[in-house]
Amino acid sequence: MSILVDEKTRVVVQGITGREGTFHTTQMLAYGTAVAAGVTPGKKGQKVEGVPVFNTVHEAVKNEGVNASCIFVPPLFAADAIMESASEGVEVIVCITEGIPVLDMVKVASFLQNTKAVLIGPNCPGIICPGKTKVGIMPGHIHRPGHVGVISRSGTLTYEVVDQLTRAGFGQSTCIGIGGDPIIGTTFIDHLARFKEDPETQGVVLIGEIGGSAEEEAALYIQNEFRKPVIGFIAGQTAPPGKRMGHAGAIISGGKGKAEDKVQALESAGITVVRNLGRLGETALEIMGKG
Amino acid sequence: MKLHEFQAKQIFKDYGIPVPEGKVASSPQQALNAAKELNGPPWVVKAQVHAGGRGKGGGVRVVRSLEEVKNAAAQILDKPLVTKQTGPQGKRVYQVLVEQGVEIDRELYMAMVVDRSRARPVMVFSQQGGMEIEEVAARSPELVLQQFVDPGVGWMPFQSRALAYSLDPLPTPETLKEIITIMGNLYKVFISLDCSLAEINPLVITKQGHALAIDAKISIDDNALSRHKDLQALDDPREKDPLDAKAAKYNLNYIRLGGNIGAMVNGAGLAMATMDVIKLAGAEPANFLDVGGGASEEMVRRGFEIILEDENVKAVLINIFGGILRCDVLARGILAAAEKMEINVPLIVRLEGTNVEEGRRILKESNLKFLVANTMAEAAELVTRQVSQ
Repeated sequence: MSILVDEKTRVVVQGITGREGTFHTTQMLAYGTAVAAGVTPGKKGQKVEGVPVFNTVHEAVKNEGVNASCIFVPPLFAADAIMESASEGVEVIVCITEGIPVLDMVKVASFLQNTKAVLIGPNCPGIICPGKTKVGIMPGHIHRPGHVGVISRSGTLTYEVVDQLTRAGFGQSTCIGIGGDPIIGTTFIDHLARFKEDPETQGVVLIGEIGGSAEEEAALYIQNEFRKPVIGFIAGQTAPPGKRMGHAGAIISGGKGKAEDKVQALESAGITVVRNLGRLGETALEIMGKG
Repeated sequence: MKLHEFQAKQIFKDYGIPVPEGKVASSPQQALNAAKELNGPPWVVKAQVHAGGRGKGGGVRVVRSLEEVKNAAAQILDKPLVTKQTGPQGKRVYQVLVEQGVEIDRELYMAMVVDRSRARPVMVFSQQGGMEIEEVAARSPELVLQQFVDPGVGWMPFQSRALAYSLDPLPTPETLKEIITIMGNLYKVFISLDCSLAEINPLVITKQGHALAIDAKISIDDNALSRHKDLQALDDPREKDPLDAKAAKYNLNYIRLGGNIGAMVNGAGLAMATMDVIKLAGAEPANFLDVGGGASEEMVRRGFEIILEDENVKAVLINIFGGILRCDVLARGILAAAEKMEINVPLIVRLEGTNVEEGRRILKESNLKFLVANTMAEAAELVTRQVSQ
């Protein structure tokens, strides 16, 4: 099993005719993802890598029965694209777009409360169930099917972690990049709750970074509710306060969001925290046994 | 993007939030002329610089004669302003704001920000103004009140009342009305301009019973700037580190940090983790540099140049996990930079991911001298070795 998506998931790519949309449609198809439709307003009738393009998500749902979306729409139009998919009943929405204004995401978050959609991202690499499907932009070849769940606020940092896991002999059940923005659709706790119910997932690696309090909230949840082994890592131990470290959400402000506070919150919840990223693979071997 | 106080106050004025009469000056003479046109004494001369803690650093002076206005402006403009936020080297001040003085009865705090976990704008209000709100929150949390905004309906009058009627003692009805109007207007500023912060600290009640914003802080969400052409003109590039500004020109995420190990990484999270590894290896990172997921050869070259322009840099660690960014593109970018400038510091390269074989081959077959690390652990070891030599 895996969480949220699997080999039966039918994906619509919003913004499929753009450079990024086309490139990653090709990559997803190569990985085996069922990319069933694309949407670019005004481009109905075209095909991208054999995938039919529609003007609206409504048409894509009606004609191709898509139930997940992957969004590559430019930042100022992305909030609209998320809401379009959600209003058409698309269940899993992965928004790759980086740079969406925060107040647009405020509207999205409020809008989604009245839908059944699960939003992953924005500003994220997406979700992959190794060997089954990937809805996103991560390099597929570093993943292996297996029993470790990965949840992360970052992109390439997740690849690094997954690579170390794979080399140490640990495959992954599902890897989710939840996004580096201040307001994201789903957070650590949402996915921990799914991993808790997934019999195939035997342990979780949680990758956080400075800014906000999502890691502290996750620590509390794990302490109270989560019984599978968890390994944590927090990026930004050397980040200076008041500076945005690349991700819009990665900022220490008003003395809050420091790496050390997050590490302590995780450790006091009984979670093993890796301080040196180079040692993640071996720590996994110590905590989760043989891969 | 941060605005200067005088820019924020102009916006406040446009949105019906009262501010003291004032004028901007870039020289002591201009400051003197400004004061002559304003009512006074007293006057207040305030450094216009993107740094908190101006008052304690001597950047805000209350003066009682025209002679003093000129002297205060000269002193502020003459040498860098040092506050707890600028570091010991301080920050040069290019402009001062001259305002007419105000007789203060009470100091309040009012601000609007976005609450991340609730995904809503929130107004923060306190009758304990004039100091940093984090300090108030730490000392007397019951004095910090919050009202969250439902994005579907916006700011409602009951929310203003809930905050304003908490004041103890209660101001006169006229004053309360002014405060309530300011709350509604601050919300309008926040939403209309895509702010990430709109803060009035302090919002004073004058001896005459009027509410007045005597300080103003506005930050605009950088992601929303492209739909606010008029606000883009308010950017002051003099406030940025020159290397930071150069990096921004090439769409690179670069932050100068002052250490001695330069780092070039793709992806913000991995870049932060690489900085941490450098520190754990016993060195200090010179910078944060995320060349981005889809960096071009040109961006890699510019990024590498910017790292080497920092004279503190004694070694460079390149840590790339190719996903969208292919390792061969990265390798060509480094060689393009190396052709144009002399590299006198050791170079440690760790490449992994998409097209890694091709990337390694390109580097190996060039004249470039560099050390290879296969994993992050190895990269850290090599950094330690460089530092101890």
